[in-house]
Amino acid sequence: MNDVTDHTSYLDPILERYQRQPTYVVQILREAQDHFGYIAPAAITYIAAALGLPRARVEGVAGFYSFLHTEPAGRYRVLFSDNITDRMLGNMELLDYLCNKLWVERGKVSEDGLVCVDTTSCTGMCDQGPAILVNGHAITRMTRGRADEIAELIRSKAPVAEWPAEFFAVADNIQRRDILLGHDLAPGEAIRAAVGRGPADAMERAVSARSWRESYPAAVRGPTETLDEIKRSNLRGRGGAGFTTAAKWDACRNALGQARYVVCNADEGEPGTFKDRVLLTRYADLVIEGMTVGAYVVGAKRGLIYLRGEYRYLLQSLNQVLGERRAKGLLGPHIAGQANFDFDIEIHVGAGAYICGEESALIESLEGKRGVPRNRPPFPVTHGYLNQPTIVNNVETFAAAALVAAKGGEWYRAIGTPKSAGTKLFSISGDCARPGIYEYPFGITVEEVLHDCGATDTQAVQISGPSGVCIDESEFRRRIAFEDIPTAGAFMVFNRDRDMFEVARNFAHFFAHESCGFCTPCRVGTTLLKSTMDKIASGHGTQHDVNDVFRLNRLLETSSHCGLGHTACNPMVDTLKRFRPAYERRLKSLDFEPAFDLDGALAAARQMTRRDDAGAHLKTEA
Amino acid sequence: MNSSFTLDGQEIAFQPGQTVMQAALAAGVFIPHLCFHPEFKPHGSCKVCTVKVNGRPTASCTVPAMAGAEVESNTPDLQDKRRTLVQMLFVEGNHFCPSCEKSGNCMLQALAYDLGVMSPHFNQMFPDRPVDASHPDILLDFNRCILCELCVRASSEVDKKNVFALSGRGIRKHLIVNAESGRLRDTDIALTDKAMQVCPVGVILPKRRGFALPIGKRFYDVKPISAHFDQPNAAAAEG
Repeated sequence: MNDVTDHTSYLDPILERYQRQPTYVVQILREAQDHFGYIAPAAITYIAAALGLPRARVEGVAGFYSFLHTEPAGRYRVLFSDNITDRMLGNMELLDYLCNKLWVERGKVSEDGLVCVDTTSCTGMCDQGPAILVNGHAITRMTRGRADEIAELIRSKAPVAEWPAEFFAVADNIQRRDILLGHDLAPGEAIRAAVGRGPADAMERAVSARSWRESYPAAVRGPTETLDEIKRSNLRGRGGAGFTTAAKWDACRNALGQARYVVCNADEGEPGTFKDRVLLTRYADLVIEGMTVGAYVVGAKRGLIYLRGEYRYLLQSLNQVLGERRAKGLLGPHIAGQANFDFDIEIHVGAGAYICGEESALIESLEGKRGVPRNRPPFPVTHGYLNQPTIVNNVETFAAAALVAAKGGEWYRAIGTPKSAGTKLFSISGDCARPGIYEYPFGITVEEVLHDCGATDTQAVQISGPSGVCIDESEFRRRIAFEDIPTAGAFMVFNRDRDMFEVARNFAHFFAHESCGFCTPCRVGTTLLKSTMDKIASGHGTQHDVNDVFRLNRLLETSSHCGLGHTACNPMVDTLKRFRPAYERRLKSLDFEPAFDLDGALAAARQMTRRDDAGAHLKTEA
Repeated sequence: MNSSFTLDGQEIAFQPGQTVMQAALAAGVFIPHLCFHPEFKPHGSCKVCTVKVNGRPTASCTVPAMAGAEVESNTPDLQDKRRTLVQMLFVEGNHFCPSCEKSGNCMLQALAYDLGVMSPHFNQMFPDRPVDASHPDILLDFNRCILCELCVRASSEVDKKNVFALSGRGIRKHLIVNAESGRLRDTDIALTDKAMQVCPVGVILPKRRGFALPIGKRFYDVKPISAHFDQPNAAAAEG
């Protein structure tokens, strides 16, 4: 390479800050790009040498994440969030408008290297779209007027930091509060309640006792009593899968290892979901408190928050909360005055990969690798971060755990339904008068939610995002709960004017873009689905293509490596079941109709063989 | 310890720590596979070896053998899924068997024949994957890569060179080499490397040796791939 640029001057301080640890590869690459605009080949060589890694491995990491670029990608990178809700708010027209203004082609860097306008997966601003990211900074409520201003700012090369502050305003839009969003806990209250469940000197005795036999029962009582409260609460994971939180914590606590880790999954990538954005903006103390309680229960000294790249704007405020808590003795050494209760948290920022919301892929990413889900078993509770016992929980789960630690399991369990304790945050967007965050006890019907958010003339609701379910009017009496419709929180509303085929097609594009590519069925299958949907959209589809969707579904749901592939066909299968006319009116033919007369084509053969019996004719359908 | 499970009704004994695939191959029962290689840690990405263990689908190369388990492999449904996976691999890359010097020695081709794959079924994607002929002795034809990572594993685990790695994501995932130029000639690969021997398809080829063995006399020309595994412990000799 003829790269004469000096990369050492900006890379050295970054590498120093991350102690030249290979686990920070994603963070180092991200910051290197922030500084230089992209990750140059020579920079990759330098970083790899500094970290003692094969160069190709670092290049492979840089090539995995959507927000990392190994070639110039524009000094201004404008990415339109491309969830279906953004589409419904006209993001594509705005994208074309901005492209025209800037004289650029979508997805191509301008010839002067100044700007590139493209799309990206849902940025978690569905309640205030159309949303964009400019060099990683979130801008909401795009309009033509705002596009004009942005075009002007880009042409005048104004640094994004100097753009009008109101561009970057993100509203919370909390529309309904219950026990979590309406909580009255002071920082530290849940921790003190957890510690208070054991004898006052439990932790001191654990380290000073003459033998573990003597100290064991007392030392573990605080953590075990707290774990018992979590058990009593019947709290289940809020990220979608609904695994029992206490079982996860218990397994980690009992696993053998040199160290234990608490990981907060803030990689909220499911299109239509934005509850964690609000929790991390307004309830960061409660979330971190929950992580600290988790650390107390499992015996972890280190915690990690995996913050999705789209929420990088929250990094500063989150670090501030961490700092305040350290100052109050709620993080760091001797938490709540306990001699042996040391715990601290650092934040890793993602770089645009939905798959990192899968817990083992998230751990790979935390370790500075490509975000590819691991083979399981073993599970993270025994072999997680750095192969040590690790709990990975959703942002909302930690917040709920803090409530349970403070107020007790019985109290929590009394809310919701017998199988689904507590409340759930909904991220409501789409065709409704009042989009935003709604907290409901489990067991609420879809109908009630639609009424509250001001949705009228509703045709369908997509619950829990593209990987969840799409239901029609006949199912609006169903309940949101683990025993009926489970959800990670997304609730996208579609009225009767919406074309449900286009909804499914948008989701097909999403999965194809976000498949990690590890396993054959998902890597190839999601792309085949995308092209099948595009073919149907362009009016060239036939019944054969619809059959292929079901064929791919049968393969992906059984043989894919992880949940992404298992659920990637859901949007197509759900809408084909419920809104088949949306597909059929696009198909060229509902039956297999050959382009020529098959029996006629056999005439020459009949003549040559001198046959004209029934066996020499194709059977005609009655 | 005398543990066993059943595979399509046949009893298969296994050693502790063995996966279903390892135990089956040791017993001379073939489960179709591509990314699995007996000398390397199972990887589980091609999913061609997917079986049902007690009714639950899972990759047989990574799932630990369990005493008393009922494993199904050679069923119409699973064979049909394998055909679809092989078709996917064919349309994802550029595989032109008649002009490929690996023809007859290619696992993908052999498996397609064995499974009775008669057409690609899906539309060809025809990706643009330029070859790397920069190295004096070795040709890389990425058109045929099925992303099994065997060369990645061999170069890292055996050769200790890390010549190969993967970059990109999803359908854009691709094999890269360990050089700033991106060219094989700037790596320290050698003809004697293990990574030279493990490619199940025709990506990594020594130059000037292509047709030393004529088509018709090659490994899978002599007998189909499933017949190469029908002796107990035949797996180690394969490859």
